[in-house]
Amino acid sequence: MSSIYRTLAGGTLRDIALACLAVWFIGLSYGAIAVASGFPLWVPAAQSVLVLAGASEFLFVGIVAAGGNPLAAAAAGLLVNARHLPYGLALPDNLTGRGWRRLLGSHVMNDESVVFALAQEDLPRKRAAYWACGLGVLLCWPAGAVLGALIGSVIGNTGAFGLDAMFPAVILALIVPALRDRVTLRAALIGAVIALAATPFLPAGLPVLLALTGVLAVIIDQARQAPR
Amino acid sequence: MKDTTLVVAGMLTLSAGTFAIRFSGPVLRRRITFPPWAEKLLEAGAVVLLAGLVATTALTEGHGFAGPARPAGVLAGGVLAWRKAPFLVVVLAAAATTAVLRLLGVP
Repeated sequence: MSSIYRTLAGGTLRDIALACLAVWFIGLSYGAIAVASGFPLWVPAAQSVLVLAGASEFLFVGIVAAGGNPLAAAAAGLLVNARHLPYGLALPDNLTGRGWRRLLGSHVMNDESVVFALAQEDLPRKRAAYWACGLGVLLCWPAGAVLGALIGSVIGNTGAFGLDAMFPAVILALIVPALRDRVTLRAALIGAVIALAATPFLPAGLPVLLALTGVLAVIIDQARQAPR
Repeated sequence: MKDTTLVVAGMLTLSAGTFAIRFSGPVLRRRITFPPWAEKLLEAGAVVLLAGLVATTALTEGHGFAGPARPAGVLAGGVLAWRKAPFLVVVLAAAATTAVLRLLGVP
């Protein structure tokens, strides 16, 4: 993995470290909430390593704590995680590695590693950013969750520190360069509005997938520029 | 916690299913060669998905509005990012804006 340090500029590595720190903070609140909801420590600890997808884990814990069936909670979590399929299609070929590495490379696919990879200009940098961020999240998310579960109620209200604003801000900061393209910006705005409009009515996860309909704006633009 | 076996079954279902979703994207990608316009569409698709994720996580909690403090923080971060402020500044400004608003009693 030493090639990561040679390939990536210091600024990018620092940004990845900060994103991982934000993940660690969110992990703290996840572990604390899970224990406060009546789960033993091993539940958030095992989930954070095996699932490694924050939103779906919060949802799973919330549904089961509210008395829901764990298998139904798992189905809801899978719906939230369905966005990883189009992520995998968008990543350049072989970014997630070959052979046995592909197992780990697939597991560390998450919002942060994908967005850092897309933000880089060439393939070696994309690959280095993807792995650095993916492995960083693999360390920070479980570490935060376990510590949060251990100190539990001590943290109290993480909302007071504005930590819940960090995740959307991290993702937004990283897609801003792509949004300077007018067609992509229009598609993203349409997608965001559709996702927001659907949120009150649909189960968690589905609104974000519906945002994909925003790419119709890109299709229309492509059709206009190259009439077939 | 209620029935431990059932909870473990749920956890394993979520873990295995999530891995299968993550694994299949790159595999499908390797099987198919996409023309350039489709490649651009796939990358735009990822950006659009992430934008949907930003909008819903910034503005909503469960099925309702999250309150103004969080989206205000994310907006402050977004404006700074658009003006090419460093990443660290963007993320800390978002958290700080939300924290200060909450300190002032904004939900």
